[in-house]
Amino acid sequence: MDTFLLLLTPALAATINAGTPLMLAAFGLLVNEKAGVLNLGAEGMMLLAAIAGFAATIATGSATLGFVAGALGGMAAAGFFAVLVLWLNTNQYATGLALSIFGAGLSAFVGIPYTGLSLKTSSMAIPVLSKIPFIGPVLFNHHPMVYLALVLCAWLAWFLNHSRTGLVLRAAGESPESAHALGYNVRRIRLLAVLFGGACCGLAGAYLALVYTPMWQEGMTAGKGWIALALTTFACWKPWRVVAGALLFGGVTILQLNLQGLGIAVPSQIMAMLPYVATIVVLALISRNPDWIRLNIPASLGKNFNPNAA
Amino acid sequence: MFDLKKRSTLKAGLLVVASSMMLAACGEKTETKTAAAPAAAPAPAAAPASGPLKVAFVYVGPVGDGGWTFAHDQGRKAVEAAFGDKIQTTFVEKVPESSDAERVFRDLASQGNKLIFGTTFGYMEPMLKVAKDFPDVKFEHATGYKTAPNMAVYETKTYEGAYLAGVIAGKTTKSNKLGVVASFPIPEVIRNINAFTLGAQSVNPSVTTRAVWISSWFDPAKERDAAMTMIGQGVDVLIQNTDSPATLQAAEEKGVNAFGWDSDMSSYGPKAHLGSAIIDWAPYYKQAIQSALDGNWKNGETWWGVKEKSINLVNVNASVSEEAKAAMEAKKAQLAEGKAIVFAGPLVDQSGKEMVPAGKEADVGMLKGMNFYVKGVEGSIPK
Repeated sequence: MDTFLLLLTPALAATINAGTPLMLAAFGLLVNEKAGVLNLGAEGMMLLAAIAGFAATIATGSATLGFVAGALGGMAAAGFFAVLVLWLNTNQYATGLALSIFGAGLSAFVGIPYTGLSLKTSSMAIPVLSKIPFIGPVLFNHHPMVYLALVLCAWLAWFLNHSRTGLVLRAAGESPESAHALGYNVRRIRLLAVLFGGACCGLAGAYLALVYTPMWQEGMTAGKGWIALALTTFACWKPWRVVAGALLFGGVTILQLNLQGLGIAVPSQIMAMLPYVATIVVLALISRNPDWIRLNIPASLGKNFNPNAA
Repeated sequence: MFDLKKRSTLKAGLLVVASSMMLAACGEKTETKTAAAPAAAPAPAAAPASGPLKVAFVYVGPVGDGGWTFAHDQGRKAVEAAFGDKIQTTFVEKVPESSDAERVFRDLASQGNKLIFGTTFGYMEPMLKVAKDFPDVKFEHATGYKTAPNMAVYETKTYEGAYLAGVIAGKTTKSNKLGVVASFPIPEVIRNINAFTLGAQSVNPSVTTRAVWISSWFDPAKERDAAMTMIGQGVDVLIQNTDSPATLQAAEEKGVNAFGWDSDMSSYGPKAHLGSAIIDWAPYYKQAIQSALDGNWKNGETWWGVKEKSINLVNVNASVSEEAKAAMEAKKAQLAEGKAIVFAGPLVDQSGKEMVPAGKEADVGMLKGMNFYVKGVEGSIPK
């Protein structure tokens, strides 16, 4: 039993750590999508934010400023996307893909002088609480951003379902025509949602470059943006389910690595497929059942809205 | 009026450009003709080359990857410095292992490059195809196994670096548990896991090694997770056969030890870093270019290691005990003399089956197709 706990503790702690960047990015994309905008550029925004955050931390020595720079970097990329999609009415899917590729290229270019540098890591244990056996090392030995992500989740759940602004935001995603007719500025609502999405993806990218693997490497997000996109669908656009999904997707990788270390072979390819397979299953389920789909997918997701033509 | 003027200057400009392009095209044509002529004619060997030898390098990653491609580019810079204006080098980076590679090789060959290096396994088939169409261009392929009259293969014995790292790991570990963050279960990687283990066992028979496979050459987050997993399971010295320094960083964070791979990675974990097993491609590139310049280039297979100064373990941490350093240096000296000590018999696999009897050494066939773990490695090779 003791050795089991000894193995389980780091595995659970690692799961929470691995789930955090997925969660952060997925929260942003969820808000994006609730407002009716699908931004496939998550990967590009995360990479741009990762290099922005890393460069800022190298320059100032402050991880906090690094996170701020990461959020701003993600927002800048999202703002670029918003201008194209909301004002120039470009196709959301194509623009998002372009942003993804553009972000990967630009971050690699800007990041050349930062390859080979490394940040110092420090203990992040919370005094007293982290000393509790088992629970301490699992729950109370993380970077503050982990707890911030959970606070963000609670706030989002309240904001989307119980606030007036949240209702308006959802209206922009369900029926932008109605929201427009009621006198709401759909473009502005969507712009703010896209910027929020960029900021969240930015925090996720900065988390990877500042906390998870404290360095810059070209293409270091390695597909996490895509997993976050899949996660919003998997979670049926519900914040708490995003948390569960992120822990699940983060957890399978950790589990598989742990089993391997113990000499139990599990094909890693299957584990790598799992997030996408699970998402397809969920998509198939919610598309089949008319009640579920009405409750879940924002009705105007991916559709552009031009107030001048309405 | 103004518009018209502008247009006519534009036209004139275009004309100049077009005519110069035609001239250039003609020039190139005659050049290739004269170059092809001596090859077709029987006698005149190695006519004095007009202008520098054009040498091209094709890389799979960016030169800034800090690992594999970075090391190749260091080799390119070294030959450029060594040969001066006798050669002219170009490189193309981030060329995927697909039909794109064929296009790049074809372009480089038709641009007058006479010696082309392709630096990843996946370039093998595209390179073979292009080599057939350009018989007067010499091709060199890293880590492959197919040759042609004008195509050679070259590789380095990375396992010798892993072995030397193993010697230090065996002397340094306290838990007697070593770990490898591994990429794909191909002979090269299995060889390195085995060599690392054998190096450690040569100084500390009670060590065991475990490997965690991440199905990627480059995924820093996953490399870190794999390293953390093994650290959680009691491993206290790690090495990796993947391309990022994430393993070393994880070791630094948890206060255990690790190595750099392909390039010197000490800056990523100054305390955790025990040493870096590096590849120096310069000796081989120098030799290949020299023989091309001398006109005695051959399409052989080359596999160089410590002896030829292609492999080394560098920047050993000051914290490593003198005893461990001395043991490693002794092994390095043996390798430098060309002794095949790494896979020398008696070599026993996991199940205890004798693979190489005492007094013999593993032949090239076994080395190049290695598909078993030696005794002391735990777990099984994924299929």
